[in-house]
Amino acid sequence: MAISVLQTDKLVKSYGKGESLLVALQDVTIDIKPGESVAIIGKSGSGKSTLMHLLALLDKPTAGTISIDGQDAAKLPAKELNSLRNKKFGFVFQQFFLNANASVLENVILPLKIAGVGSAERKRLALKVLEQVELADKIKTKANDLSGGQKQRVVIARALINNPQIIFADEPTGNLDSVTGAKIEQLLFDLNAKHGITLIIVTHDEDLAARCDREIHIRDGRIIANTPRPKGGQA
Amino acid sequence: MRLIDIVTTASSNMFRSKLRTSLTIIAIFIGAFTLTLTNGLGSGISSYIDKQVGNLGAKGVLIITAAPTAGFSTSDAPKKYDPTKKTANIASEGNRSVVVLTAADVTKIRATSGIKSVEPYLSPSIDFVSGPSDEQYVASVTQYVQGANYTLKAGSQISNNTTQAQAMIPLSYVTSLGFKDAGDAIGKTIIFGLTNGLGEQVTVPGTIVSVQDKSLLGGTSIQANTVLTKQLYAAQTTGLPAAATQTFMAATAQFDPSWSEAQITTLKNELKAKGYMAQTVEDQIGTFKTVINAIVWVLNGFAIIALLAASFGIINTLLMSVQERTKEIGLMKAMGMSGSRIFLLFSGEAVMLGFWGSLLGVGVAMIVGTVINQIVLNGFLKDLVGLQLFTFPPAAILIIMGIVMGIAFLAGTLPAYRAARQSPIDSLRYE
Repeated sequence: MAISVLQTDKLVKSYGKGESLLVALQDVTIDIKPGESVAIIGKSGSGKSTLMHLLALLDKPTAGTISIDGQDAAKLPAKELNSLRNKKFGFVFQQFFLNANASVLENVILPLKIAGVGSAERKRLALKVLEQVELADKIKTKANDLSGGQKQRVVIARALINNPQIIFADEPTGNLDSVTGAKIEQLLFDLNAKHGITLIIVTHDEDLAARCDREIHIRDGRIIANTPRPKGGQA
Repeated sequence: MRLIDIVTTASSNMFRSKLRTSLTIIAIFIGAFTLTLTNGLGSGISSYIDKQVGNLGAKGVLIITAAPTAGFSTSDAPKKYDPTKKTANIASEGNRSVVVLTAADVTKIRATSGIKSVEPYLSPSIDFVSGPSDEQYVASVTQYVQGANYTLKAGSQISNNTTQAQAMIPLSYVTSLGFKDAGDAIGKTIIFGLTNGLGEQVTVPGTIVSVQDKSLLGGTSIQANTVLTKQLYAAQTTGLPAAATQTFMAATAQFDPSWSEAQITTLKNELKAKGYMAQTVEDQIGTFKTVINAIVWVLNGFAIIALLAASFGIINTLLMSVQERTKEIGLMKAMGMSGSRIFLLFSGEAVMLGFWGSLLGVGVAMIVGTVINQIVLNGFLKDLVGLQLFTFPPAAILIIMGIVMGIAFLAGTLPAYRAARQSPIDSLRYE
C-alpha cells in the first residue's frame, strides 16, 4: 500500500468558547492515497469547506493531527508550510480569484512569482500549462475579458503551473453552466488520470461527486459516509 | 518572491486605482516641493554668505578684544573702578565700559603659543578721499586682514607683506573719484585727508591695487593694507599724547590656517584665561547664519507638516487597497506567500508612492527655483553679484527624497501590517 499523501486523525475544529462554542468538525479521520480523486460532499454549513481548509493547511485544527506524506503538519515551521503549499498544492476556486485587470499570463504565473522563479522560466512554464488548458492564444488577454469557462481554465492552469501533487477544488463548476462545467470536470479528471495528481473536490453536486474514486459525506461536522469505488467503476 | 518581483508588483498595484494614487501623489508632491524650495533657498543664501565671509576675513585670523568686565548692566548702580584695567567710556553705549588694548597687551598676546603674529587693529577715521577728479568724498577706511579673499572687479588682492601703501576701493567709488572704469583705477594714487591731533588737516597718499566687486557685506569701505593704515594712523595721532596713540580697540592675530576646530578652541580658551576675547571671522558672521538657518528650519517645519498630512493620505490609500485586495492577499497567502513578503509588498507600494511624489516635487521645485533665480537675479537682486537665491546640492536633494520615502514607508506600515496579518481563509471567504 502506498504511503498516504494526506491523513487526518480525529480532527476537531471548533470556534468560540463556552456557550457560544461552535463545533465545525468532530472526529474526522480520513486517509487519502496518492493519485486518488476524493469528493467531500455535504450541504452548506456541513463543515466541508472547513475540512478542505484544514487539509490544505490553511488553518490549524483545534485537536487531532494532519499528516502530509507521513509528516505531522503541526510540527512544520511556518516557512516550510508556505513552501509546501506553494510547491505541492494547487487551488481551484468557485469564484476564480483572478486579478481582473492583469493578463492571463500574469495570473497564471502568480505561484511561480511567489516561489521566486525567474521571469523567462515563468513564461515558458505558463505557455506549457496554458497549452494544456487550450488557452495559449489568450496569454495576453486581460482576465476580465474571458468567459466563465475560460476563467476557470486559467485558474486550473494557475493551479497546475507549479506541477502540484494535490489539487484542491472548491465547487469548481459552481459558477458555470452545465456544458462548460462538464468540460472543466473532464479537464480535472484527465489531470488526475494522466498525471496522477491527487484531486480533492469540495462540492454539493452529487453527479460531480459520483465521478470521484471516493465520496466523503459530511453532515454537521461528522463523516456520515466514506465510500470508495473501485477504480474506473463509475458511470 | 524575489525582490525585483516585489518592486514591480508593488508599482503595478499602485496604478490600479489611478485617481486615488494620483491624489495621494499630489499630496506628497506638495510636501516634497515645499521642502525642496525652502531648503534650496536656505542653501542658496548660506552659500552666498559663505562667499561673503570669504570676502570679509581670512582663515587663521583671530580678532582679539579685551574681555568685557561686564555685559550690559542690569542694575542702574555704577560699577567700581578697577585701576588695573584701562577703560574708555563710550557715550553711545550708555553705562557699559569698554576695555581697550595697550601695547603691553599686544606683547602678551604675541607670547601665547600658536600665535604667529599680532597686529593692533587700527581704525583711522578719515575726512575724505579724492582722486583725479579732485572732488572730495566721504569714506571709511578698514584695515585689511591678511588672507581675506575679496571678489574683485579688477586688480589683485592687497597685501600686508609689502612696503607699498596699498588700498582697495569699492566699485561705487571708481567713477566718482574720476576713473574711466575699474581697470583704469588700478595703479593710480588717491589722496586721503584727515585731521591730526593738532587740529590740522593733512593728506596721505595710497595706491589702488584692486577694485572690489559689488557685494552684500563689507562692500562700502576702503580697505587699506598695514603700511597705509599705519601711515594714516600716524598722521591722525600726530600731536596726541603717547598714551592715546598706544590704545587699540582690537588686535588681529594670525595662527596656522590649517588648524582644526578643536585647536582653535584651545587657543581661544588660552586667550580667554589671559583676559582676552578672541573670535574668528566665522564666529562673527556665525550669528547671521544662525538666524538664516532658523528661518529655513521654520519653513522646513511647514513642509514637514504638509508631508505629515500627506502621510495620512498614504495610510488611507493603502488601507483602502488592502480592503479591496483582501481576496488577492488571501490567495497569495494560500499559495505560500509569507506574511513578511505581503508586508514588503504593501510597504513597498507606500515607498513607491513616496518615490514618485518626491521625484515630481523635487523636480518641479528645481525647475521653479531655477526660473525664480533667473527672474529675480535679473531683476531686483541684480546688484548682488554671485547670489544664487536657490541652490540644489545633489546630496540635499537625495536626503529630501530619502526623508519623504521614509515618511511614506512609516505611513505604509500600518496598512501593510494589516495585510500581512490577514488569514487566508477569512480572506477567501470574504464576499
